[in-house]
Amino acid sequence: MQGISRRGIGRLALAAAAPMTVPATARAQAAPSGPPIRIGYSMSLSGGLAPNGRPALTAHKIWAEDVNGRGGLLGRPVELVNYDDQSTGAQVPGIYTKLIDVDKVDLVVSGYATAIIAPAMPVVMQRNMTFVSLFGTGVNADFKYDRYFSVNCTGSKVKETFAKGFMDIAMAMDPKPRTIALVNLDSDFHQRTAESARFLAKELGLRIVYDRAYPPSTVDFGPIIRSVAAARPDIVFAGSYPPDTAGLLRAASEQRVNFQMMGGPMIGPHATAQKLQLGPILNNLVVWDVYAPEPTLQFPGTKELIERYQPIAARENTDALGYYVPPMAYAQMQVLEQAVKRVGRIDQAALAADMHANQFDTVIGPLRFDALGEWTEERNLYTQYQGVQGNGIDQFKRTGTQVVLYPPRYKSGDLRKPYTAGA
Amino acid sequence: MDPDLVLLLNGVVSGLLLGGLYAAAAAGLSVSFGMLDVVNIAHPAFMVLGALLVALLWGATGIDPLVLSVLLTPAFWALGAALYVAYHHFFERRGDEAIQGLAFFFGVMFIIEVGLVLTVGPDQHFADASYANTTWRIGEVDLPLRMLVPALLALSAIAGLSLFLRRTFTGRAIAAVAQDREALRLLAINPVRIKRLAFGISIAFAALAGGALVVVQPVDAWSGHVFIGRVFAIVIMGGLSSLGGCVLAALAFGVLENVTATFYGPSWSPAVAFGCLLLVLAVRPQGLFGRAA
Repeated sequence: MQGISRRGIGRLALAAAAPMTVPATARAQAAPSGPPIRIGYSMSLSGGLAPNGRPALTAHKIWAEDVNGRGGLLGRPVELVNYDDQSTGAQVPGIYTKLIDVDKVDLVVSGYATAIIAPAMPVVMQRNMTFVSLFGTGVNADFKYDRYFSVNCTGSKVKETFAKGFMDIAMAMDPKPRTIALVNLDSDFHQRTAESARFLAKELGLRIVYDRAYPPSTVDFGPIIRSVAAARPDIVFAGSYPPDTAGLLRAASEQRVNFQMMGGPMIGPHATAQKLQLGPILNNLVVWDVYAPEPTLQFPGTKELIERYQPIAARENTDALGYYVPPMAYAQMQVLEQAVKRVGRIDQAALAADMHANQFDTVIGPLRFDALGEWTEERNLYTQYQGVQGNGIDQFKRTGTQVVLYPPRYKSGDLRKPYTAGA
Repeated sequence: MDPDLVLLLNGVVSGLLLGGLYAAAAAGLSVSFGMLDVVNIAHPAFMVLGALLVALLWGATGIDPLVLSVLLTPAFWALGAALYVAYHHFFERRGDEAIQGLAFFFGVMFIIEVGLVLTVGPDQHFADASYANTTWRIGEVDLPLRMLVPALLALSAIAGLSLFLRRTFTGRAIAAVAQDREALRLLAINPVRIKRLAFGISIAFAALAGGALVVVQPVDAWSGHVFIGRVFAIVIMGGLSSLGGCVLAALAFGVLENVTATFYGPSWSPAVAFGCLLLVLAVRPQGLFGRAA
């Protein structure tokens, strides 16, 4: 056996004293140890929802890296366990059954959007798991599960509030609009949003001159826009998904429409590829959104997240700017993280109680949940693209290109009208 | 002019332009499914493959998307010919083409889609042709070049193919192979070689259709799904092996869809179009231009 020298004794003494001498913050950032806290979920990595599913997973990975870099959760490393649901709701119950019963994950969250969240609910409810969802709209309205929490800005009163921002902006115009056209994709989300617009239009005394849905298989949107224009509405509330949004806006541009205001939940320009494709056609379009890179929407960590996300997105061939899904997906995990930290253990009932009781500070701002697990204060943003020129990407990183018109507390610009081709 | 008449005229014209796109998508299938009796359910996936390749090449070179799609046709022909060799070797030769062959093309479709996601990502891709933002106006009728130019290219290519099938020996052999492959052997023609050539042509048409599609709308890996039902319906409605019937059925589909969408709402468009397909099949089971057995 090798003897211990005086120098060796000195080193040992230093090592023993180290835990007492390092600052408390450094100790908290020590490498996590012990069995990992496993967080399970399905995610759409292929299929139609993948353009949003993949950025969400990237944001989750950034969060896991951040948490593990800070010493883990309850001192344990976090591990993400996810399976591709192929954008198919039918895959989801099997995935959550495996996650909970076979993989024995500690926590579950949802994949992207209503069509994937709803099929997971029965499995999650049967196992009494606390469930933090991403971009679900009105999922818990029927389930009324008290351990469901939604990271989506729509709130629980979708009918009364979803289109309120759009209508408030429209009714502030001079002269006030008198007629409205409603056109939407025949999907669950867009039916709900159209119902909100219909409800509020009646409340405000707006005459609905066109109110039709189109099927997901629509290829040519020219006839729809032509019929809308023939009805001569002052404003147009449209709900669509990416391929349809491009089709509707292209047709509107080709037919040189001129509406005092046009927009709504037209999902599409949220993705960088479509921003670049449509370019100036987006000018003066009023779009429902969840985030825009405006000074009024900067919360602690938002800018840093985007800056870390964008190089990864470039490598992984996913949404280049990452303004739509990544902040929400990161916030989804922050909700879980903060609740676990406060509770101090993995206890599904205690986690749900904590989420109902407390506020969460996230990269998309402070959140609170109501009895249904929706945000106590809805935050449907209505933004307007202004001054878009050409198809360059850098303009979309600048403030002033997508200004926030509603809600007033985040307002960063004024409405420009009318909506007309290449305004 | 009466507003309803303007709507009707525009509905018909835009329907014809849409029909041009459908014809591009269905012409290749008319060759493989109608003439060769190969149920290539992956045909729209090949169209999307062509569209995404065109989008990538357009991003790199700036060359017109339709020109790029024409340049891609030899490569797609070779791809189609190779695919047919595999299909013939593993299924057709053994007489297993009915169900197993169908499963094979389903598999090919999924491989193409997943391969595209892994290589180019799940996002939408586009190619902006220089004329895509221009609309000609004749009186009250709009002619968006985004729809018109791809439709003209598609119809020209189909006319060329039709001439080839009618006027050349090889073309006639392709038309004959579906009817009686053994009779071809009596003329010292190898039916497998002819089918390989014809299947290559059908996939080359998918490249052309892809170029047309990416000019009309942005495309992602799954964009072909909305075309599967339509293109098969058009080929059946046209009379399987009749290219002219395929074009007419495609134009009729486009007009029915757009006129219905204009006057009765877009939700009714697929129902009316497919309802007409059922009607045609009830009256003429062999399709509009098919020959009765």
